[in-house]
Amino acid sequence: MFKCEKMEQQRSLSGSSQSPRSPSSQPYLSVSVTDPVKLGNGVQAYISYRVITKTNFPEYQGPEKIVIRRYSDFIWLRDRLFEKYKGIFIPPLPEKSAVEKFRFSAEFIEMRRQALDIFVNRIASHNLLQQSEDLRTFLQADEETMERLRSHDTGIFKKKPADLMQIFKDVQSKVSDVVLGKEKPVEESNPEYEKLKHYVFELENHLAEAQKHAYRLVKRHRELGQSLSDFGKAAKLLGACEGQVLGKAFSDLGAKSEVLSAKLQKEAHQLLMSFEEPLKDYVRAVQSIKHSLMKMLKNYATIGERANAFRQQCELAETMKLKEINLDKLMLTRSDRLKAASEEATRRFETIVRLMNEEIVRFQEQKTQDMGIAFHEFAKGQARLANSVADAWRSLLPKLEACSSA
Amino acid sequence: MMGSENPGVEESHLFASREEMENLVLDDPLTTTTATNNNNSYSSFRSANSSISDAATRHPLSPPVLSTPAESDPLLSPPVFRNPNASDNNSYIEPPSYADVIFSPFDDNSANEINRVDSTSHDLDSSLTLSRSSSSTSDYFKITVSNPKKEQETTNSLVPGGNTYYTYLITTRTNIADFGSSEFSVRRRFRDVVTLSDRLAESYRGYFIPPRPDKNVVESQVMQKQEFVEQRRVALEKYLRRLAEHPVIRQSDELKVFLQVEGRLPLSMSTDVASRMLDGAVKLPKQLFGESTAVVAPHEVVQPAKGGRDLLRLFKELRQSVANDWGGSKPPVVEEDKVFLEKKEWIHDLEQQISNASQQAESLVKAQQDMGETMGELGLAFIKLTKFENEEAMYNSQRVRAADMKCLATAAVKASRFYRELNAQTVKHLDTLHEYLGLMLSVHGAFSDRSSALLTVQTLLSELSTLHARAEKLEAASSKIFGGDKSRIHKIEELKETIRVTEDAKNVAIREYERIKENNKCELERLDKERRVDFLNMLKGFVVNQVGYAEKISDVWAKVAEETSGYAKDSC
Repeated sequence: MFKCEKMEQQRSLSGSSQSPRSPSSQPYLSVSVTDPVKLGNGVQAYISYRVITKTNFPEYQGPEKIVIRRYSDFIWLRDRLFEKYKGIFIPPLPEKSAVEKFRFSAEFIEMRRQALDIFVNRIASHNLLQQSEDLRTFLQADEETMERLRSHDTGIFKKKPADLMQIFKDVQSKVSDVVLGKEKPVEESNPEYEKLKHYVFELENHLAEAQKHAYRLVKRHRELGQSLSDFGKAAKLLGACEGQVLGKAFSDLGAKSEVLSAKLQKEAHQLLMSFEEPLKDYVRAVQSIKHSLMKMLKNYATIGERANAFRQQCELAETMKLKEINLDKLMLTRSDRLKAASEEATRRFETIVRLMNEEIVRFQEQKTQDMGIAFHEFAKGQARLANSVADAWRSLLPKLEACSSA
Repeated sequence: MMGSENPGVEESHLFASREEMENLVLDDPLTTTTATNNNNSYSSFRSANSSISDAATRHPLSPPVLSTPAESDPLLSPPVFRNPNASDNNSYIEPPSYADVIFSPFDDNSANEINRVDSTSHDLDSSLTLSRSSSSTSDYFKITVSNPKKEQETTNSLVPGGNTYYTYLITTRTNIADFGSSEFSVRRRFRDVVTLSDRLAESYRGYFIPPRPDKNVVESQVMQKQEFVEQRRVALEKYLRRLAEHPVIRQSDELKVFLQVEGRLPLSMSTDVASRMLDGAVKLPKQLFGESTAVVAPHEVVQPAKGGRDLLRLFKELRQSVANDWGGSKPPVVEEDKVFLEKKEWIHDLEQQISNASQQAESLVKAQQDMGETMGELGLAFIKLTKFENEEAMYNSQRVRAADMKCLATAAVKASRFYRELNAQTVKHLDTLHEYLGLMLSVHGAFSDRSSALLTVQTLLSELSTLHARAEKLEAASSKIFGGDKSRIHKIEELKETIRVTEDAKNVAIREYERIKENNKCELERLDKERRVDFLNMLKGFVVNQVGYAEKISDVWAKVAEETSGYAKDSC
């Protein structure tokens, strides 16, 4: 349900199509990631997914196409889009799972499938990203082609975690240098960028904390369920020993306890899927934005260097003017070129920032929707659980009443 | 208090630091700082219980345990040891009704909620707590232990600088005529309690005497003084209250003296350790060599053989018990009461089940606690997020989201509080299980009183038959000598005297044994009756509590679900 609602949101937000069932005059592109299947053996085992595309886009082999994809294919797509569409927030991917034995648990597979489905649909409903050739390839190419692309591009485009960290580190040091005032790339830093950067960093921290507690809450539900089950068993045993009226009361209590234990486990699962996952997704999205920002900062720092160089050249030229005309001319030419390059870079940067701001608006609205749904589901789930608890225990009261008067 | 729904007040509370939030969350009459400390450790929920009940003692308006009916006679309420605060409140201030207690702080729709739960709770209130005491309903007997004070040992102190010890003020309020006055206090130290317990054990063999608090020698060294003294104070109070509840022991002289008479408790002869040891050491050689008339005096028979002066008796009884176990010869008096034996085995099984249930109850309490904590932390995290988004908001969507988050966060914090309150009550109810485990100790004590009395009887019977055999032999030998054998006749006379005394002792021992058997029987019946009532009350209290809080929690979330219902699309 979560996925379904999301798709609706995104389509209406980005102003692209309606549901596939409407008359095909309106352009639509809808994707679903389904049917996870374990393939391969041992260490090389992996999950493959069925990706079903329904579309009437002219570039696509419509109206329906089914391909088989695996997680690394999704990574390939994400990386390509990341490279090509600067300033756009590429939707985040679910993480690789580090723990081996968890990799094939039913819950993990379902969570991943859901997240992948959301990922592709967000791309498909983004008015710029949906035009991407890489997306088309991903959705349409046969498996051999996909495999070739995937392994070919690994070296060039795929960012290994180590590389990413290195970039981060480079950029972080640059950032801190700027912040500490060691470097003054340009006199005015871009205030919009700064504000955005600050916001994103802070947001990630807050969100991560909330997500951490959400995850713990899932665990607590499971633990409470377990202890209710144990308590129920103990009550039943005690009831068997006591016998008679009191014994029956204990047995009934034990039975209810076990019933509630099952409900708690169920709710734990719901909580995980409908609340914790969306929160985690939110965190990933913010992290992804952070990466984009960091990349931009790298460019920006370069611009800054250039601008600095330009300024220095100007100053130098000023002093030189008095002495040597030839050098002056040389300087002027160079400084012209520098100036042009710098201005061009600054313009490009500002375009990206502007684009990013549009993305931000879209992102914020989307997140409000996503979170609204998640909160709603959370509240519904908790209310539902509490009601079950109340009902179950309440049903015991008449029996207990009868016991006392017996 | 975080009671008002006034958004301004709420906000200022909500934006407090985590610690303040913790304190806020816990800052209602039900829990005080002592309870706060205990909230983190659930290694023993009875410590939580004791602090909570202790805290409640200081707040007359604190919510009583659920099972206290609103306007019933305080003495019909469940036994004091389980409901100290109930009794506290009832003596001076009418306790708030169940409905008020559970539903006071947060309600928007108090009317609805109260009505709904009232229909379940008020019907139950009257029958919620079944009366345990068959005695007159006007009996009132309340003991409080307070005011620990450090005192100096004044006499015979071997340690230079003197020994210090603590005394506790023991206050009794009663309307029982025997006591002569309606309120009185004494100062006592723990040693006196040990004495009291020992004397009760002597005088009330066969009864289920509540076990006294442990000496906790190790703990007294290791723990902080304040904490240890407080722990002991609580334990003492519980113990004395349990004594006061026991229908037979509450009338004992030992207890009366303990509660009323200042000064060191006089020790009875048989428990005077020093004299015992001395006598025993003197007597033993004589006894061993058979020189003294090693007869067990009838009055001594009433007590089990102890060390010191009873060494010989101990040996004899030990020999007898070995003969019982290994001899294959049927002892003269056999524990024939099959019913009793079955009951004994059943008690053993019951104890195991209660222990198991008590353990699981502890786990349950911990899990509920954790749930509440994590829910609260989640709420806090979202409050921080709300604040952040509001401060940095550039777009309306952010403000909307911040509002949604705040809605969720408020609910989470409320729910967290409810979980904790639920838990505090749960602890009180399920503690009944633990109380009964303690009671099992007294049962064991009573059963072993019975066994040792039986052993005494068996020993005496055996002894008698030995004596008779010896007398016969002597008579036979003597009759062979014409005119009688002066020395042998003299011996026969002595022997006959011994037999007479032993016969008397045997009769006393049998009477004692029968008495103890009767006590066992009565106590077992009482245990069954009271246990049924207590456990049923526990179950009811537990269930009612769960229902009440589940409903409250459900309401809190239902509101959030409604407020966020705009996001729900029913299309799927």
